[in-house]
Amino acid sequence: MQYFLILATVMFFAGVYGFLTRRNLITILMSVELILNSVNINFMAFNRYLYPHKLEGMFFSIFVIAVAASEAAVAIAIIINIYRRFTTINVEDVDEMKF
Amino acid sequence: MASNQIMFILFAAMIVVFSILTVTSGKILRAAVYLLFVLVSTSGLYFMLNYQFLAAVQLTLYAGGIVVLIIFSILLTSHISQNFESSGWKKNIFSALAALIGAILSIITILDYSFSATTEAAQEVNMKLIGKSLLSVDHDGYVLPFEVISVLLLAAMVAAIVVAKKGAPRKTELSNLNQK
Amino acid sequence: MINFNYTIWILLLPFLMFIFLGLAGHKYFPKLSGILGTCGLAIITVLSYITAYKYFFTSEKIDGAYQKIIAFNLTWLQFTDKLHIDIGALLDPISVMMLVVISTVSFMVHIYSLGYMKGEKGFERFFSFLSLFTFSMLGLVLATNIFQMYIFWELVGVSSFLLIGFYYQKPSAVRASKKAFIVTRFADLGFLIGILILSFNTKTFDFISLTNPAGDAIKQGVGIGFLGLSIMTWSMILVFMGGVGKSAMFPFHIWLPDAMEGPTPVSALIHAATMVVAGVYLVARMFPIYAIAAPVALNVVAYVGAFSSLFAAVIACTQTDIKRVLAYSTMSQIGYMMLALGLAGYGGHAGLGYMASMFHLFTHAMFKALLFLGAGAIIHAVHSNYMTDMGGLRKYLPITHITFLIACLTIAGIPPLSGFFSKDEILAAAFHSNKLLFAVEYAVAGLTAFYMFRLYFSVFWGKETHYHQTPHEAPATMTIPLIILAIGAAVSGFIPFNKLVTSDGKILESEIELMIAIPSVLIGLLGIGIAYIMYSKESVIPDKMAATFKYGYKWAFNKFYIDELYLFVTKKIIFRYISEPVAWFDRHVVDATMNMIATVTHGVSFRIRGFQSGQLQKYAFVFITGAIMLAILFIYLWK
Repeated sequence: MQYFLILATVMFFAGVYGFLTRRNLITILMSVELILNSVNINFMAFNRYLYPHKLEGMFFSIFVIAVAASEAAVAIAIIINIYRRFTTINVEDVDEMKF
Repeated sequence: MASNQIMFILFAAMIVVFSILTVTSGKILRAAVYLLFVLVSTSGLYFMLNYQFLAAVQLTLYAGGIVVLIIFSILLTSHISQNFESSGWKKNIFSALAALIGAILSIITILDYSFSATTEAAQEVNMKLIGKSLLSVDHDGYVLPFEVISVLLLAAMVAAIVVAKKGAPRKTELSNLNQK
Repeated sequence: MINFNYTIWILLLPFLMFIFLGLAGHKYFPKLSGILGTCGLAIITVLSYITAYKYFFTSEKIDGAYQKIIAFNLTWLQFTDKLHIDIGALLDPISVMMLVVISTVSFMVHIYSLGYMKGEKGFERFFSFLSLFTFSMLGLVLATNIFQMYIFWELVGVSSFLLIGFYYQKPSAVRASKKAFIVTRFADLGFLIGILILSFNTKTFDFISLTNPAGDAIKQGVGIGFLGLSIMTWSMILVFMGGVGKSAMFPFHIWLPDAMEGPTPVSALIHAATMVVAGVYLVARMFPIYAIAAPVALNVVAYVGAFSSLFAAVIACTQTDIKRVLAYSTMSQIGYMMLALGLAGYGGHAGLGYMASMFHLFTHAMFKALLFLGAGAIIHAVHSNYMTDMGGLRKYLPITHITFLIACLTIAGIPPLSGFFSKDEILAAAFHSNKLLFAVEYAVAGLTAFYMFRLYFSVFWGKETHYHQTPHEAPATMTIPLIILAIGAAVSGFIPFNKLVTSDGKILESEIELMIAIPSVLIGLLGIGIAYIMYSKESVIPDKMAATFKYGYKWAFNKFYIDELYLFVTKKIIFRYISEPVAWFDRHVVDATMNMIATVTHGVSFRIRGFQSGQLQKYAFVFITGAIMLAILFIYLWK
């Protein structure tokens, strides 16, 4: 079972690296999806190997997917708004909330 | 080697490779496609773990919904083949370092911990059970999160519409009203 | 026990009058405030006379000595069980005598000011300040403890400041009032230190216990020495320093001639009759301590007094401003009083100097006030202060002339006027104690007669100057006080002071010693004669004498350059070498530290603000790093 967890860890930190490195806002969103996905794998692994008599892991994953979907929708809406205003979706150029 | 293991290794390799490619690729559309492959491989993993419903949900929602959404927004906001996407090397190094250290830390923790398996019998997961527990008000029913998620989805829908709406035409409507 | 409780009105009434006239006078009673002030003073005078009569003639005497009576005493500040500052009234031969002097002279000055200050801007302000001064001086003499005396001492200084600077739009008056206040304040520093040392050693502020000759307080601190003198001596010398400032003795005399910038009634009241004798009163009040526990301090008193009187007499011979001549004359006469106190001892025949000093204080108040008020009448008539502008005024100002002449004869010591009696007692006391000081004072007596009659002859005799307008005699409100004071100056010599005011309260047997009296009259007549020759007619003798003693004349005319010396010391030495470095330090080190704190904060915040960069990924990076570090800390290091 640890292999699942290690796999999920690798995916998680790949997502973290992408979040910190990428310049395009949409690629950042994609990295967030990676992170959420890795968490799902973790839950399912636990559910299957440690608690096979219960369903909590699966339901939690379902809800995580639902939340991820709605969050992606709102994020895209915000990105579109930012594009309208700044004509760029370079995250380094969207820094108006500074000192 | 059991077929399980082979499948696992295959899926795991795909996931790892494609996720790293997603975050390091130069062109956006390719990154989106790599993400799609990652998601499909994940659902393959779920199939392997015998959670068919979840795998189906994953394919439908993630691969079919979110990735499509992402691709549409890419098409709306940027030039597909032109994006160069290279940040300064300092940012790269520091983030890689942070990610690497975090990964190593987590892996060490995982390997150190001894997970004790339970001896209870496995529960067969089928649609009937999922449907019932999703709507049951019993001790292990999930009706409350279900309702909350439906409200959340509604809110997300409304929010997305409001945020992405074009703001300018509203002013001309008002001035039209005043003239009448 | 006689009830003296009404004496609280002697203090309260002028204070209330000050507040009332000060606040309401300008708006509601511009012309009436003079009458109100004078009425208040009349009531106080009557009360003082009643107190004096009751005290001296009907109070009980123990062992034939007058007792100190506390009329009332309210505790004001309590520090410990035994240490407290009170406000009260102490009745004692000298304080009752001073009550009579102060109230009489103040009353005369009030009546006089009705005429002199008529039509002046600030008429009601003048009367309210006069009431404040009367209140302060009365509080000073009636003080039951040394701290109350100090409080009223400062109040008297404030009133003097306000009154000297009465014509506040004249820069010279402002300068003079500042000078008076600063010099006396500086002297009061010594006074305060003396008070503190004294009360630290004797553990009490109260006069009755301090000056009890048989009590514990006097014996304190006599043994402890510091630089060769006992602690008591040091504290008494420091206390005397306050007296030196207030009484304009050398070296703190510089403010008195400049104080003549104030209106003439002010000069009469404050700088001739009452405030300047506060120093003498202080020494007299603390006399048992001086005489028994600190006789060295008493020597200092005597020498300072003698030197001041000689110094002032020499300068007065050359001055041309009549008010300044009178100012130096005041300094000289107070020197006499200090000398007499300094040569006295406590009890019995040794207390002759004490009695003589108090007697001279009384008579001096009368004739000096008379001289100043007369000078005021002259100035009022001629509109100038300078002797060179006057001459032959005896035709135009008859009443002023006669009263002025009486006053000049009194100060010269011609019998049977009062000055003869008081000066004679002082000379007798000096002759029996210290022959050198007697010689000095004898010479000063001659000089006094000379310069006073120089003044008299130059103003009333001599060649007639052409006046712009014919000088007219002063109105009745101004001449009546002159007449009353002249009568007082003439007859007060016959008051039996040796029965009433002595160092220990008992009767002092004394008589006129002809061996001393006759020479003193002779030298007075000699001074008058020389002045007659030099000044009564137009003559070249004064200029020839000035030319002969060229340097002496120049130095005396410029008041021996003491003012210039003080100015040099303060400006070139104290300001440049002490004040300026300290100010530099304050500005560049203390302020700079505060500024540096602000600048450092500003700089640090300017650099730190980069944290708020607005860049999402920087925030995320910090977040991840923090989470990793916390994980390391809590999982692996926090066992």
